[in-house]
Amino acid sequence: METTLQFIHNHIEMIYLIILMVFVGIELIGHVPSVLHTPLMSGANAIHGVVIIGSIIVMGQAEHTSSLILGFFAVVLGTLNVVGGFVVTDRMLEMFKKKK
Amino acid sequence: MGNNILQVIYLLASVSFIAGLKFLGNPATARKGNIYAAIGMTIAIFGTIFLYKGPDGQSLKNLPFIFGGLLVGTFIGWVAAKRVQMTAMPEMVSLFNGMGGACAMLISIIEFQHITTDINLFLAANSGGEKTGLLLTIITGLIIGSVSFSGSMIAWGKLSGKVKDRSFPLQQYLSIGLLLVIIFFAYNVVAMRSEEFQTEFYLLLALALIYGVFFVMPIGGADMPVVISLLNSFTGVAAACGGFLYDNKVMLIGGILVGSAGTLLTIVMCNAMNRSLLNVLIGNFGGSNTAAAGNSSSVQGTIKEVSKSDAAILMKYAKKVVIVPGYGLAVAQAQHVVHELETLLEAEGVEVKYAIHPVAGRMPGHMNVLLAESNVSYDKLVEMEEINPEFATTDVVLVVGANDVVNPAAKTDPASPIYGMPILEVENAANVIVNKRSMKAGYAGIENELFYRPKTSMLFGDAKKALTELVSEIKSLG
Repeated sequence: METTLQFIHNHIEMIYLIILMVFVGIELIGHVPSVLHTPLMSGANAIHGVVIIGSIIVMGQAEHTSSLILGFFAVVLGTLNVVGGFVVTDRMLEMFKKKK
Repeated sequence: MGNNILQVIYLLASVSFIAGLKFLGNPATARKGNIYAAIGMTIAIFGTIFLYKGPDGQSLKNLPFIFGGLLVGTFIGWVAAKRVQMTAMPEMVSLFNGMGGACAMLISIIEFQHITTDINLFLAANSGGEKTGLLLTIITGLIIGSVSFSGSMIAWGKLSGKVKDRSFPLQQYLSIGLLLVIIFFAYNVVAMRSEEFQTEFYLLLALALIYGVFFVMPIGGADMPVVISLLNSFTGVAAACGGFLYDNKVMLIGGILVGSAGTLLTIVMCNAMNRSLLNVLIGNFGGSNTAAAGNSSSVQGTIKEVSKSDAAILMKYAKKVVIVPGYGLAVAQAQHVVHELETLLEAEGVEVKYAIHPVAGRMPGHMNVLLAESNVSYDKLVEMEEINPEFATTDVVLVVGANDVVNPAAKTDPASPIYGMPILEVENAANVIVNKRSMKAGYAGIENELFYRPKTSMLFGDAKKALTELVSEIKSLG
């Protein structure tokens, strides 16, 4: 109990952020026309590519060969997620622009 | 100084994600939103590379490797995203989502190795709560990332036709059992209960990967959009775990944002099909039992074929034609020729509209994207609720490669697996022409009695080929 409270106390800022972001996320998607579901999913897909930041940090601190190799793959995969995600979304939305 | 600048960069990136997602929800601003988020991501990445300082104040090392990875990833990602056909977008999204999941998984593996190479140091440096919290974050990221990775790969395989739907008896129980075992081992590792907790970590990795496969395998192809959306939000949560691990706010915000928005999007998609998420996940759509029951009932009678010239005459002299596009149109890349048909008919004075079912194609909005590609005007695409009352005054409905979304069994047959799903009520129109490649069942794996109705006639063949011939028939009528 003591340790749990201590843990929450130490990370209170992050916990607040988590809770607020849950509500922000729900608010943002609330009333989106179904036409945009696919691009929206794809755009959100690109945004969670932010995980790449973690892989860069891991890579930049790697000491051993094994973590270097794994880290390299992590950076490649994360980049794929980010670049591929944004480019695919843009291509989808490009189609919408030409309306009328 | 550098670190302070980095914090500002992260702040800007976080705002760009939130604003980007907001703009993505409106057709007029969507493209801008995507670009904002991309710019935010770019500055966050380069800010991290050059300005990040570790806990001991040292900058990041191995920069050549980092840039190498970025270059390789950018090249592959860019080329893949540029080359992919519009029709294959859904599986592409799934593939990229899996990459993100794998990235989160690898981060957890490396961090775990990092901790355990000097386990005594780790134990000495961290008090009880911190230690447990750290391990819990790593394990959560590992499990969710792995499930998202293997699940997305299966979803990708299914959508591109490489993997078939497969389920076996008691599969659901096995999945639940597997999940319990995963939770048990996760608890074991976090509590470091046994000496073997390092071995258990890798066992956990393997089990989570297997679980991802089991999770997606029995779910029918028609429900893949829902699954991809759900896995998308999983990856968001896995990314957020990384944010917690490094006390990195932009990762946390981006991850949780996608996690919650993705979950809501998933539920919205389920609602569009009038089904609950649980029903999608466990309902075993198209699975052996329900499909068999649906098959045996009610479907009998004869089908009637229509020749291209008859179809052409029917459409040319109609007052109002409604086109119902489905996945068959996407597969055949028939979006351009369907637009040609539309302009041709309009020139003849026929009123032409498109009826868009919320889940037509493989993803909500898939049809809109495709038809927009071939310059079909926005206001011709009519959503289900608005077009349904219009079918009664429609002379000809042309169904192009759609099946389940026009199956009247959804309204009439409680035994049908799609019972309750809102459909396009095309059976109210005077004539229905259905273009399909064969009489094969649609994604739900069930027969469609619409095809056997007297008003319905079938125009067999690949959508692009059939429509091209139809267009030239109408032209030759003069």
